[in-house]
Amino acid sequence: MKPLKIIVLAKQVPDTRNVGKDAMKADGTVNRAALEAIFNPEDLNALEQALRIKDMVPGTEVRILTMGPGRAAEIIREGLYRGTDGGYLLTDRKFAGSDTLATSYALAMTIKKLEYDIIVAGRQAIDGDTAQVGPQVAEKLGLPQVTYVEEVEKIDSKSLIIRRRLDNGVERVKTPFPVLLTVHGSAAACRPRIAKNVMKYKHARTPSELQDATEDYIKLLNDRPYLKLNEIGAADIEADEAALGLSGSPTKVKNIESVVFKAKESKVIQSNDKEIEELIIELIGNHTIG
Amino acid sequence: MNNIIVYCETNGNSVAEVSLELLTKARGLAKQLKVNVEGILIGKDLNGLENILYAHGANIVHKAEDPRLEFYQTLPHTSIVCGIIKNQNPQIGLFGATTVGRDLAPRIASALKSGLTADCTSLEIGDHYEKKTDTTYKDLLYQIRPAFGGNIVATIVNPDTRPQLATVREGVMKREELASPVKGEVKVWNVNDLVKKEDFVVEIIERHVEDKKVNIKGAQIIVSGGYGVGSKENFNLLFQLADVLGAEVGGTRAAVDAGFIEHDRQIGQTGVTVRPKLYIACGISGQIQHRAGMMESSMIISINTDPNAPINNIADYVIIGDYSDVVPKIINYYKKNSK
Repeated sequence: MKPLKIIVLAKQVPDTRNVGKDAMKADGTVNRAALEAIFNPEDLNALEQALRIKDMVPGTEVRILTMGPGRAAEIIREGLYRGTDGGYLLTDRKFAGSDTLATSYALAMTIKKLEYDIIVAGRQAIDGDTAQVGPQVAEKLGLPQVTYVEEVEKIDSKSLIIRRRLDNGVERVKTPFPVLLTVHGSAAACRPRIAKNVMKYKHARTPSELQDATEDYIKLLNDRPYLKLNEIGAADIEADEAALGLSGSPTKVKNIESVVFKAKESKVIQSNDKEIEELIIELIGNHTIG
Repeated sequence: MNNIIVYCETNGNSVAEVSLELLTKARGLAKQLKVNVEGILIGKDLNGLENILYAHGANIVHKAEDPRLEFYQTLPHTSIVCGIIKNQNPQIGLFGATTVGRDLAPRIASALKSGLTADCTSLEIGDHYEKKTDTTYKDLLYQIRPAFGGNIVATIVNPDTRPQLATVREGVMKREELASPVKGEVKVWNVNDLVKKEDFVVEIIERHVEDKKVNIKGAQIIVSGGYGVGSKENFNLLFQLADVLGAEVGGTRAAVDAGFIEHDRQIGQTGVTVRPKLYIACGISGQIQHRAGMMESSMIISINTDPNAPINNIADYVIIGDYSDVVPKIINYYKKNSK
């Protein structure tokens, strides 16, 4: 069958899973500097599904589209290390403060400029856990969506067969192209980096990253055009500026509280037979157990 | 009148628990706003389901019935719900944060260009002052949710777009039937007016749904273990205690990820929220994400070798010791004293 074009939506996120005690500042806001920036975990599951389709359909091209600050170019390099064919960094101050609706608008406007048969995203990003951007991009592009994907099982020239997770079960669906998929964390883990690709692409850079580069570096990229990463701004996607960033975001954060649980007065019991038996008798006596 | 509309999930012949929890919440909010509650039912055969909605406070029940709508599918449900919302102009729209609600609500929010907040744990009505425009908005929906891995709680509002949309996790709100059901009315929709033929391009080939084997949410007593329990075999001791007490066994995300215990027993922000009569935490340090799912338990016993484990701060009883030493003692003394 004819090769496909796949876009993987991926996000660089602070690693909220391993939050240390310095993760929150005294004023209750998040100390982003204390959190490592990582490839959003479920986006890695999405990347793996895209690379598997590339394995199944020779000639297929996989490209990452990521929206974020300049340092998010790392996500595109990470994709190249694992076998993608390139990527796009969507970055602009005008995107600052975007909620999911404004984010999906910017992504959809970008995708309209690109060729694609399948768009694959992680189900959700761990900094927000909303799971909204994927379906919202699909809606804006007028595409069908399949969420909670566990595996792309089969593919032919007209359709995909996909296994997806339900709250208490599984479902197998058949969808035509083009389509947007969001992949669940229970799908296969992403393949590791390929050492050869790391060597090849470790110097890949976006134009912004090259701003302070030495002449040698700029010469290197001119000699090896595959090291030039694409950067896209608001002006390139012909977006309605009112629909971007804060002004395009209907949800507003009214306030944020850091979570402090009120300490209860607890009774401490030592692990000896006497104290445990007394506790059990007390709990039986007040009908908590028994 | 701009009412509150609740998308009600159906499973064959019943309405999903989370939808009834939402109706219960919605009728409280509606009372404050002096408006009504509307429910949406979509399916193949919805005979009599409106009565369940009336019993939980819906004044109007929208029904869209069609043989093609036996199982949930994104596109037809989006078309139907958007059609109903455009007609009814609700000020608030609520969905369960299930695989269905989290698939459907963002699609609807995008189509209506409305704000949507995911996975709310609390909903309130209140005013909001927007400094930039010096505008006070009356009676907005406060959408309260944990963010940033549960380390912060954010209150989100949608000042300008309607409806204000939110999804809510199962189990965080209480379901209560009314003493006497609302005398509501059904509004029947012609499905073909709302859906297009292309809405059915994605085909369900096979579907396998299991009844929930574990009813951890309904358990009065829960014995729960963390990563500190160490292995799947070690969890057997927790199952023994649960067996003796008539309890269910739960676990933290770390214990689930490590394969010590099944996914449907996970308690916490990304698992189930529980509020049992008694929660026995074995070797659980008490990460915020876990506490968020169990802190409303009536009584908490923490068994931990670390006297400073964060979970001890919310425990009523702290047993300092190793669970493998303490749990057999509890079993032993329970058996001895319970007769």
